[in-house]
Amino acid sequence: MIPILTFLAGALGAVTRFLLDAWTKERWRSPFPLATVVINITGSLLIGVLAGAVLFGGQPSTWQTVLGTGFCGGYTTFSTASFETVRLIQQGRRVLALLNAVVSLVLSVAACAGGLALVWVL
Amino acid sequence: MTADRPGVDHTDDHDDATGTAAPMMSDDPHAELLTDPDAPAKPLRPLHLRPSAMAWIFAGGIAGTALRYYIERLLPHDGASWPWATFLINLSGAFILGGLLEGLALLGDDSGWRRRARLCAGTGFCGAYTTYSAFALEIVLLGRHGHFGTALSYGLVSVVGGVLTAWLGIVVMERVHRRRTRA
Repeated sequence: MIPILTFLAGALGAVTRFLLDAWTKERWRSPFPLATVVINITGSLLIGVLAGAVLFGGQPSTWQTVLGTGFCGGYTTFSTASFETVRLIQQGRRVLALLNAVVSLVLSVAACAGGLALVWVL
Repeated sequence: MTADRPGVDHTDDHDDATGTAAPMMSDDPHAELLTDPDAPAKPLRPLHLRPSAMAWIFAGGIAGTALRYYIERLLPHDGASWPWATFLINLSGAFILGGLLEGLALLGDDSGWRRRARLCAGTGFCGAYTTYSAFALEIVLLGRHGHFGTALSYGLVSVVGGVLTAWLGIVVMERVHRRRTRA
C-alpha cells in the first residue's frame, strides 16, 4: 500500500510542478528559469520539514516515504534543472547558467537545512 | 519550441519567454531545443488547463517515481557515504531528458504525439524520476553527520555531472539522428 501511495503522490507532485511552472511563466518573462528554481527550493524545504518531523518529532517514517520520496521527489526535478543550464550555456548566457546552477544548489540545501532546523526548534 | 523560429506568430502567452532575446540565437547550436522543457507550447486552450496534458504527466510521474523508489531501496543511503542511488538516478535522468527533447525536436514541432511524449516521458517520467529534494536532503544529512567533504563533493559533482550528461544526451541523439537520416 505504501509504495502505491508513494507513486501516486509522486505523480501528483509532477502535475503540481507542471501547473506551477505554467503559472510562473505567465508572470515571469526572462531567460532565467525561475519556475524550476522556485520548485526545487520549495520542495527541498518541504522534505527538510518532513525529515525533521521523523528525526526529531517522532513521526512515523511512512510520512517521509509518501510525501518526501513521493510528492517532493515528483515535484522537484534534477533533469529539467540540468537541461535548462545546458540551454543557457548553448544560448551564450553563461552567467545566467552559472547563476542557475549555483542558486539552485545553495538555496535548495539551505531551504532543506532550514526546514530540518525549524522542526528541531519547534 | 516554436519560440526560436522566425516567421511563427506568437499568439500564445506561454511559449515566447525563451525567445525574447533574439540576437544570441544565431550562436545557439541547439536553437531547436526548448530552454525549458516544461513550458507549455502553443495551445488552443492553455495546455496546463487541459486534463489530457495532466493525465499524460500523471502517468509518466507514476513510472518515474516507481523506478526511483525501487532504485533507492536497492541502494539505500546511510547518511555517511556517497548517495549512489540518487546520484545515478539524477545523472541518468538528465541524460535521458536531453536525448528525449533533442530527439523530439529533430522529429518535428511540439504538437500531436511529440507533445504527448514530451509531457509523459519528459515532464512526467524524467521530472519525477530525478529529484532535487532528496539530493538536497542527502547533502544536509551528510553535513549533519560531519561528512562535509563528501557533502560538498557530492553536490558539486552532481550539478556539473547533470549538466554534462544532459548535454551528452543532446549530442548523442543528434549524432544518431544524423546517421539515420544520411543512411
